[in-house]
Parts: sequence; structure tokens; C-alpha cells
Amino acid sequence: MPYIPHTESDVSEMLATIGASSIDELFREIPEKLRVKPGALNLPDALDEPRLMAHLWSISKKNVNMADVTCFLGAGIYDRYIPASVGAVISRGEFLTAYTPYQPEASQGYLQAIYEFQTMVAELYGMDLANASMYDGATSMAEAAIMSTSIKHREKVTISEAVHPHYRQVLATYCWSMGIEIETLPAVSGGLTDLSANSEGTSCIIIQYPNFFGGIEDLAAAREAADKAGALLVVVADPVACALLKPPGAFGADIVVGEGQPMGVAMGLGGPVVGLFTCKKEFIRQIPGRIVGRTKEAHGDKPGYVMTLRTREQDIRREKATSNICTNEALMALAATVYMIALGKNGMRKVATSTVQNTQYAIQKLTEAGATLHYSSKVFGEFVLSLPKDPAVVRDALLKRGILAGLPLGEFYPELADSILVAVTELRTKEEIETYASALKEVLA
Amino acid sequence: MSNTLGFRTKRMPEPRLIFEQSNKGRIGCNVPVADTPEVNLAAILGETRSDLNLPEIGELELLRHFTRLSHINYGIETGFYPLGSCTMKYNPKINEKTAGLPGFANLHPMQPVATIPGALEILVGVQDMLKEITGFDEITLQPLAGAHGEMTCLMLIKAYFESRGEGKQRHVVLVPDSAHGTNPASAARCGYDVKPIPTTEEGNTDMEALAAALDGSVAALMLTNPSTLGLFEPNIEKICEMVHAAGGQVFCDGANMNAMVGTTRPGDHGFDCMHLNLHKTFSTPHGGGGPGCGAIGLKSHLEPFLPGPVIRHEGETVIADSDRPQSIGRVSGFYGQFLMEVRAYTYLRAYGKQKMADISRFSVLNANYVRARLKEVLPPAHDRPCMHECILTAEKYKKENGIRALDISKRLIDYGFHPPTNYFPLIVPECFMIEPTETETKETLDEFCDALIEICREAVETPDLLHDAPSTQIVGRLDETLAVKNLNVRWLPTSV
Ligand SMILES: Cc1ncc(COP(=O)(O)O)c(C=O)c1O
Repeated sequence: MPYIPHTESDVSEMLATIGASSIDELFREIPEKLRVKPGALNLPDALDEPRLMAHLWSISKKNVNMADVTCFLGAGIYDRYIPASVGAVISRGEFLTAYTPYQPEASQGYLQAIYEFQTMVAELYGMDLANASMYDGATSMAEAAIMSTSIKHREKVTISEAVHPHYRQVLATYCWSMGIEIETLPAVSGGLTDLSANSEGTSCIIIQYPNFFGGIEDLAAAREAADKAGALLVVVADPVACALLKPPGAFGADIVVGEGQPMGVAMGLGGPVVGLFTCKKEFIRQIPGRIVGRTKEAHGDKPGYVMTLRTREQDIRREKATSNICTNEALMALAATVYMIALGKNGMRKVATSTVQNTQYAIQKLTEAGATLHYSSKVFGEFVLSLPKDPAVVRDALLKRGILAGLPLGEFYPELADSILVAVTELRTKEEIETYASALKEVLA
Repeated sequence: MSNTLGFRTKRMPEPRLIFEQSNKGRIGCNVPVADTPEVNLAAILGETRSDLNLPEIGELELLRHFTRLSHINYGIETGFYPLGSCTMKYNPKINEKTAGLPGFANLHPMQPVATIPGALEILVGVQDMLKEITGFDEITLQPLAGAHGEMTCLMLIKAYFESRGEGKQRHVVLVPDSAHGTNPASAARCGYDVKPIPTTEEGNTDMEALAAALDGSVAALMLTNPSTLGLFEPNIEKICEMVHAAGGQVFCDGANMNAMVGTTRPGDHGFDCMHLNLHKTFSTPHGGGGPGCGAIGLKSHLEPFLPGPVIRHEGETVIADSDRPQSIGRVSGFYGQFLMEVRAYTYLRAYGKQKMADISRFSVLNANYVRARLKEVLPPAHDRPCMHECILTAEKYKKENGIRALDISKRLIDYGFHPPTNYFPLIVPECFMIEPTETETKETLDEFCDALIEICREAVETPDLLHDAPSTQIVGRLDETLAVKNLNVRWLPTSV
């Protein structure tokens, strides 16, 4: 086994130093009857490297991947271009195989990169500060909700129906286990959140920007509604859209979270991705997860970076910690860091602009082909279409033609059983959109 | 003395922040340009922003920036990384290759399940192998890291008690004082009250204290086995019996599974559920602090409550089952850390039936070897064979020379090694937790032990060398108090 380098003479010398006669003897504290003989487990046979590669390759070929089809599916994970530099950086062994930077002097490279990450994420969202990452967008939002309940000392959170259904499911799980009540604001009828309800007694109002249907929510109105309830405003925002839209921070959002995958992270069936977490300065002591800060040498003047405000975290504060999170998504945060730098302010704006442009063209072409735009709200890169035929049937027929048409919505919103959610990124071309439209016309005919 | 830096010369500039290298008009990527008709942005979006302040950097400069940063960062591929409780083993290169296959990397989590039979095969393959290795009835791969797996296990336990009408009554979770911080934090996340259980002089669970704490209010005991002291809990079966007799459940913190792979199965010990860190035991890379990958195992009485979707066999095929009325619901956005599961699958198939036990056997051999080689200078905290890691104490240097474990660790950096874990578990004074893992050679272990022996001599003869360590790195010891006092967590044009 190449991963285990011991020779026979190594083993006998080592056992001699230990003063044991066999490796088995080292396991003597495990009761005999709880031990299994080496090789006794019912597992598949070991594979050598070429066979292993061939085996995995053959399994991978069974999947339909996004290079086989044209992807118009979004719903929180997006088919965006990943610059070649991202892979080059995150595959460097010094980053890939490091642990959490508990020894800052030997981890300055990563710490500085995460400080840069925090800076740029906060900038995109228009917020004071960001943490070093969370697991994913959904858990990041659940953490924001819990953080709001501890800031406001209230046991209730309010969320729009137009927030990603999976995120709301994760929130429901977290809230159930902590005894937090959830109130839901309607959105399906108009495509944007109805903020007219009185949310008194809630700790936060959670809204998505752009929302699950692609609609650009009125964050000024959301801020007002939150103020009326004496609650925090929590926004789940697409970081790429925020390169072009007025960012949530500019509307006075208290906590802004999101999914960082569109910035340089492979879709990978949804994992690993990276949760973004930002907030106002005044809440920094309640923030979950790690934060990197800049400091100086203890006996010198050189600047350096450390993990800071550690007394919020589980290894020191234990059951009183702001969260139980320990390992986060550092490598994916590094990917996003490289992405934000590679594109820079002009590139990110271009990607966002191309998204809007392609989306508008797709709306035009697909409605000409016989679908109806379901909502009239402003959209960024995603929209809901109603179809005169069962959306799942249409999706399957289009898949046969090499087009992943979008997400049928009936599973999540029974009222939208005739509708499909379509996403169009900067990667889609005029020709691909036209092909989708003519295929749709055929399928609907 | 080796130097952990890559190519650096004295004249090379200090790494500057990327923001200080920005120059108007540069770009680091050939961004795709849409060929669809142009639109009037203001008409479509309303107000847009023009104030976005991200750096403007060319592609080569970008790569140099990160290459320089990589040279001041230590990874397993840089050198020995004996960080206790973290299982810093070799992360095989073929795993990176398989996870990068387009048929895995390029899958959308919301694409129809019928189009991802290969992905389901990987997920169920990992689950099946982990069932056999751990002895549990079911595995779910939805949790995203270790702490997330702990939390999910406690949620299953909570749902189980609620289904039996004991939800309110059982509000206490027992956590040994040696446990990792995530254990009590995860319990709190599930609304439980945490009660500590002491550890005996010998390093075992205090059975009397446990017996006294067990009553009708206890939902669960969270036990780490082997413990964070690197010791196998010899009373494990008895402990599980006691907790079960009191109507409670037993959770195993499986961060230390490396000691047990192919040798003993926690499911057979009496545990009801456990979490695994695939990013430790099963070689998925830590990536500088994540992604983790937190599978959990459970006995069948907890199965109805599994988070959805449940990936399972049905006849000849594998399905993603979301129709589960008693499920606790989702704990993460999609299918878990899928590309990490591809890596774990690749790793498990490389070892296979024949070699799986080598993981635990050689990790335990290496830890006992380090323990034996260091026992004169850094005595073990307990006089018993250790499992995959050894816990040593530097107490005498603190008492006699004013040198703390941390000083010794910082000096190790000067010798080219990553330090072990210090000050955890909290119950051992001036603690060193050394986990060599099975992938290190005897030569590496010898060099490391020689360095530590030398440093312990320095601690007595030239203690200042240790106080000032490290002196070979890009920075000396950093002022963490100042970092808290003058909080600076993002760059601003005026902040430096
Ligand atoms: C003993 C123990 N339990 C739990 C954890 C938590 O795992 P994670 O960091 O993946 O959340 C760790 C590692 O950090 C650990 O060492």
C-alpha cells in the first residue's frame, strides 16, 4: 500500500522500542470480543491505481453532466464560468492539505487570503464585515436566524415564502430543535414578498435578493417592515447579482448571508459549496464561526494575521458558544477569493450584466415559443414560466434534446404546478437560447 | 535546521495585500461576453451600483500572489503535521483526480434524480462500506462536517424521544470534561442542558459520577472513543448498558475512528449513533479549515427520523427517498459534500477488504512509537498503551524552567515541523496531543522525536530560544490580544 510506508524491519524496530511483541498487543485494551480480525470485514476488494481510476470513470459516465447538456437550471446553484486560475491555486498542496490555521506563524498565507476574502465578501454585500465562511448558504441562513433570536431575545423568526424552499426546510429543522417559532410571509401570488403582515414579536425578517423566483425584492420596504416589528433584517443574497444591484447593506440590512458557489466553485451536486456570512459591526461578538483579524508581532512591528474573537467559539466557550461550527469551508472560500480577484470589479460587473442581457433575451424567446412569464416583477437572472403542458413532461422531453430546461415548481409550490423556474447565466449563448426556444415550441405543439 | 518556506530570498518583497497591488484597467480573466442583444440596465433593474471596489489584477500577478502566499503556509505536503485529533494523513492524489471528473464535478444538485445514477451509486457505496466498517445499520452523508454530524445525531435522538412522548422530560445531555468543544456546543444547538462528567486519574469515564448523573432527565451521553486522551474506554459496553437502562441514548464522537478502522466497530460497542469525520479518517483534504465531511451512523430505531433525502437501495436500483413523514427534515442544502464523498469512495476502494485494517494498525503503531521515543523528555499523561494519538505533558518545564507547551510548539516550527495540538484536552496540564497517522515513515517520526528531544534540552539550557520562537518564519509570534483590542477584520483604503 503506497499510503503506508512501513517496511518489515521498520515494524520490528518500532515494536522493539515500544517494548511490544506485535501490533495486536497494542490493541489489548479493546475487549477481545469487540475486535475483528484484519481482513474479516465484508468489503469490496482493494483496487490498484489504474483499475481504481477506470472504475470511478465508468461510474461518472452514468451521470448526465452539464457538459452533455445546456444548463438552464439554477435555483441556488449556478453554471458560471470558473477561471483556470482558481483550480491552479486551490490544488496547491500548501493550501489543500493544511488544517485550520491554529499556528498563525506557519499559516500566514491562508490567513491573509481569508482576510482578503472577508474584505471582498463584505464589499459585495455592502456590509461592515464578513466571517471566514460557513458550510453552505442554507445553514448560513439558519445561523443568521438563530443569531437574531439571541440578539433580540425573542423566540420567533419570520421568513418569506419566496426564499429557497431547501433553505426554509433547513431553517425549520434548526428551529424545531431549538424551540424557535417560524412565521411565513406570502409571496406566491405576486412573485415578491407581501410585507404587509404585522410581524410583531419576531426577531428577524428573512428575505432573499433576488428571491427564489428571480424577482428583485424591495429591500427598502423590508427594512421598514423590520423596523416596525423592532426586528433585524436578514437578507439571503446572490453575490454575483450584488456586483450590479444596489447591495443589501445600502438598504440597512443587519445580516446578509448567501451561497458563494457561483464565485468559482464547481457545482459538484451541491457540495462542497460555501456559505457567506456578513453583518453590521455592532453584532460582531454574536457572529458564528471563525474570523481572521490583522495584528502585529508581539515583539516587532511586522503585520500579520490571526484568528480572532476566539472566545465566541466552541473550543473555548463550549455550550455557550455562538454556534457549534468548527471546520468551515476554507478551500471554497479560497476559490471564491481567487474568483473575485480574477474578475475584479469590471469582470464581476460584466458577468452580472451578461446574465441580465441573456436572461432578457431568453424571456423574449421562450414566451414567443408559447410559454407565459408568470410574474411581472423585475428579475436578475432567473424567472418563472407557466407552460400549457405538464412541466415535468416538458422538462423530460427537452432533456432528450440536450437541454436542461429548469426546475418544475409544483413540488415546492402546489399553486405553481404549471410552472418552471429558468436560470440563464453569462455562459449561455444566443444560439443556445434560440435552440431552447425552438425545442420548446416543438414540445408544446 | 530546515526551513518551511518555499522559494524566498531576503530581497523578495513582503507579501502585500492584493488590494495594494490593484491597478485600474487590469483584469485576471477573459470574461465571457454575451452575444445577445444589449439591454438598458436601468430600465430592467432600476437603480444599479457603480461603487463596487474590488481589485484589478492581471492573471500572472494573481498567480504570483497566491504562490507567494502558499510559500508561507504549511500543509501535509510541506512536512509532518502531527496535529492531535485532526488525523493529518496523506490525501491521495488520485482522489483529487476522481473528484475532478466532469461526470462528478459538473452535476447540478437540482437536476432530475434519474440523470444521476452514478452519483447515487457513489453515495450508497460509501454508505454501505461505512456501515460495514462502523457496525451501524444506517449511514447518512448529509451533514457537512463533524460538528454538523454531532448536531444531526442529537436531533435524531430528540425526534426519537418526542415520538415516544419523552421529549420534554429528557432535556439533559451528559458530556465528559475531556470532550471536544463542539460536543457541548452541538447539544446546546439542540436545546439541551449540558452536564459535565468527570474523567478518572487513569483516563476513563468516572463510572460513579456517571451512575449518579443518570436519571429520567438524560437524553444522551456523548462519548468520544477512543477518548481525546488517546485511550480506548475499557468500560464501553458497561457504559452503554447503564445509559440504556436509564432510558438514554449513547452518541459516539467518531473523530478518532482512525484507531478503529478494520479492528473494532463502534456499532458493536453499544452506541446508538456516531458521527464520522471523513475529512480525517477517510483522507479527504482539510483545505485549510474545510470543507469537512460529516457522515453519521445509527441503529435502526433512529432510522425513521433520518434527514431527507435518504439515499437507499430499492430492489436493483438506488433511490433518493424524500417521502419520510417522521424525518427531522433537511440539515443542509443538497446531498452533503458530494465531491468529498467521491474522494472517500476512492480511498475506501483503494484499501478494500484486504488492507482496511492497516489504517488503524499502523496509526496505533506510529503513535505508540512516538510515545515510547519521547517518554523521557515528555512523559505520557497515562501509563497505558495509547491508540492513534499520544497525550504527553510538558508540566515539568513550566514548573522548573518557565517554559510552556506552547513555547516548545513554536520552537518546533523553527525545526521545520508543524506543532502538535496543545491545551486540548483541557484536563491535562501543558498538554501535547500528538497524532502521527499511519502514512508517516519511521524516519520522519525519528527526525521529529529528535527535534523535540533537542528542544526539551534547549528548554533547560537556553530557554530564551523558546520564548522567542519561531524566528524562521515570515513573522514572529503575533499579538493576539491586540487583534481583539484593535479589531481589523477587513481592509479599507485607510486601514493599513
Ligand atoms: C474530537 C473531535 N470532535 C469533533 C470535532 C469537530 O469536527 P469538525 O471540525 O469537522 O466540525 C473535532 C475536530 O475538530 C474533534 O477533534
